[in-house]
Amino acid sequence: MANKAFNATRGDKVFDIFNILAMTLVLIVTLYPFLNVLAISLNNSTDTVRGGIYLWPREFTLQNYKTIFQYEGLLQGLQVSILRTIVGTLLGLISSSMIAFTLSRPDFKLRKFVSTALALTMYFSGGLIPVYILMRDLNLIGTFWVYVLPGMISAFNVFIIRSFIDGLPYALQESAKLDGANDFKIYYKIILPLCKPVLATIALFLAVGQWNAWFDTYLYNGSKAHLTTLQYELMKVLQSTQQGSGAGRNANDMAQQMTQISPESIKMAITIVVTVPILIVYPFLQKYFVGGMTLGAVKA
Amino acid sequence: METLTEKSASAKKSSDPNPSTQKRRNRIWDSMKQQKYLYLMSLPFVVWVFVFNYLPLWGWTMAFQNYKPARSFGDQEWVGFKHFVELFSDDRFYLVLRNTLAMSLMGLVIGFIVPIFFAILLNEMRGMFFKRAVQTVSYLPHFVSWVVVAGIITKMLSTDGGIINDILVNLNIIDQPIQFMAKGNLFWYIVTASDMWKETGWNAIIYLAAITGIDQELYEASRVDGANRWRQMWHITLPGIRTTISVLFIMSIGHLISIGFEKQFLLGNSLVTDYSEVLDLYALNYGLNMGRFSYGTAIGIFNSVVSIILLFTANGLFKKFTKESIM
Repeated sequence: MANKAFNATRGDKVFDIFNILAMTLVLIVTLYPFLNVLAISLNNSTDTVRGGIYLWPREFTLQNYKTIFQYEGLLQGLQVSILRTIVGTLLGLISSSMIAFTLSRPDFKLRKFVSTALALTMYFSGGLIPVYILMRDLNLIGTFWVYVLPGMISAFNVFIIRSFIDGLPYALQESAKLDGANDFKIYYKIILPLCKPVLATIALFLAVGQWNAWFDTYLYNGSKAHLTTLQYELMKVLQSTQQGSGAGRNANDMAQQMTQISPESIKMAITIVVTVPILIVYPFLQKYFVGGMTLGAVKA
Repeated sequence: METLTEKSASAKKSSDPNPSTQKRRNRIWDSMKQQKYLYLMSLPFVVWVFVFNYLPLWGWTMAFQNYKPARSFGDQEWVGFKHFVELFSDDRFYLVLRNTLAMSLMGLVIGFIVPIFFAILLNEMRGMFFKRAVQTVSYLPHFVSWVVVAGIITKMLSTDGGIINDILVNLNIIDQPIQFMAKGNLFWYIVTASDMWKETGWNAIIYLAAITGIDQELYEASRVDGANRWRQMWHITLPGIRTTISVLFIMSIGHLISIGFEKQFLLGNSLVTDYSEVLDLYALNYGLNMGRFSYGTAIGIFNSVVSIILLFTANGLFKKFTKESIM
């Protein structure tokens, strides 16, 4: 941009053309798959089998969406997914911001200990099986809580919030203290409101993580029909045709029924249902997460 | 800041003349009382971190036992390194290790270089609107789950109606559509390409931010000296983001072997399993699903140990050569 004032040389012009072409290619390669999925999901499912649908549906219909929303498994999954996204995000925000606040206080005695204990968790984990055994021993398997408790506090999120609080003027806390506010009040009345931008970033990370999770459902709650999530249902539908025999556990489950009726368009319609909430939310939060990412990379 | 330090300093002064243990205890108690809300706000979560992150480490003992779920810890049978010996003498393990390393290395190279170039090229875009549009769109796949991405990739590569096959056939590059998902020797490339598609835009954010921080005068000075855009990129932009590159490189090496298994689980199928199975999947299939908890834990430990060695080696090397480190 700063180059505008100068006369562009021939090499610069070649470069600009090359660059515009490259970026256009990126745009197409990124967008086309989504548009293609959307077009197929809006196309008559028997007609889809003929192939050749690219950007527009050939025989437009909303029938695929009507069909999938008649399945209880999908509505159930939608409810669980929404619930875990809300509960998981709220719990994560409260816990991370509380720890971050205490860690930002230079006078807090446990500061060093808690920081170290948290930082270490970024470099190791117990592994799949010890964690599974722990969940079993805590009786979390087969419950909703296995979705929101294990991932509630991530060191990365805590450190991002802390660096943000470190950047706030400390005098604000001091004067509140002189006015007689206790530490909880300072956190609640002063720090939280000022942290809105960074909390929005973390909320986005947490919400996307919760909405997109499927493996915990597979591992802990796969046989509990009332606790399966939308991503898990989609996973089953996609995997079952891909592998012929199917990942479904019995012949009556949703995955089997759906793939028998009309594979392609139905699959794509579920994909769209799973994807749309993310696409709606993320442009609004874009300005926040770019800042948050940068902060985290530099400080963490 | 000053008031608080003064306060603690005066507290110290009052107890200094007689530093008996009794006074000391009082002082700790006083400061705890004074900071009770800070303790209340952090202690429950410290306990939480301990339970969910540190307690599983206790489970590592399983790798040295013939772990039986029904028995208590005292009744477990200890077998020493038996499971590790078994692991290292299993041919499948080496196949899985090969797949893990191959896909991590490919992911490391591509997932590292491509975002840097993308960020530099994007930064050089002149049209502000187009630049914003490309940037916004490039993040998009990052927010979509791997389940969806695997579905999309499978669709794009399919033999009936997949765009890739359609293009290749129409350009007469191939005469028969290729069954991409059924070819084991293509699996690593498919995983790497999917990863690139999903994460390039997202990973470029940090580099873009770093480029914004470069002093604009450097560019103007170089232009006066007659440097064209290519030379500016090579001599100013790239060195300008060197620190960011180093830090991110070390961090990604630390995660080299723990590449996860989501992509491999979702994109793989029974036809390509010799190329798609990675360490974590191996632990899942042979450890958890078959109930061999001890064996699976041994795999997990191997995974962690190698990760840590890689992290420290990379960090040490970088310290030596570039005087930059993350630890």
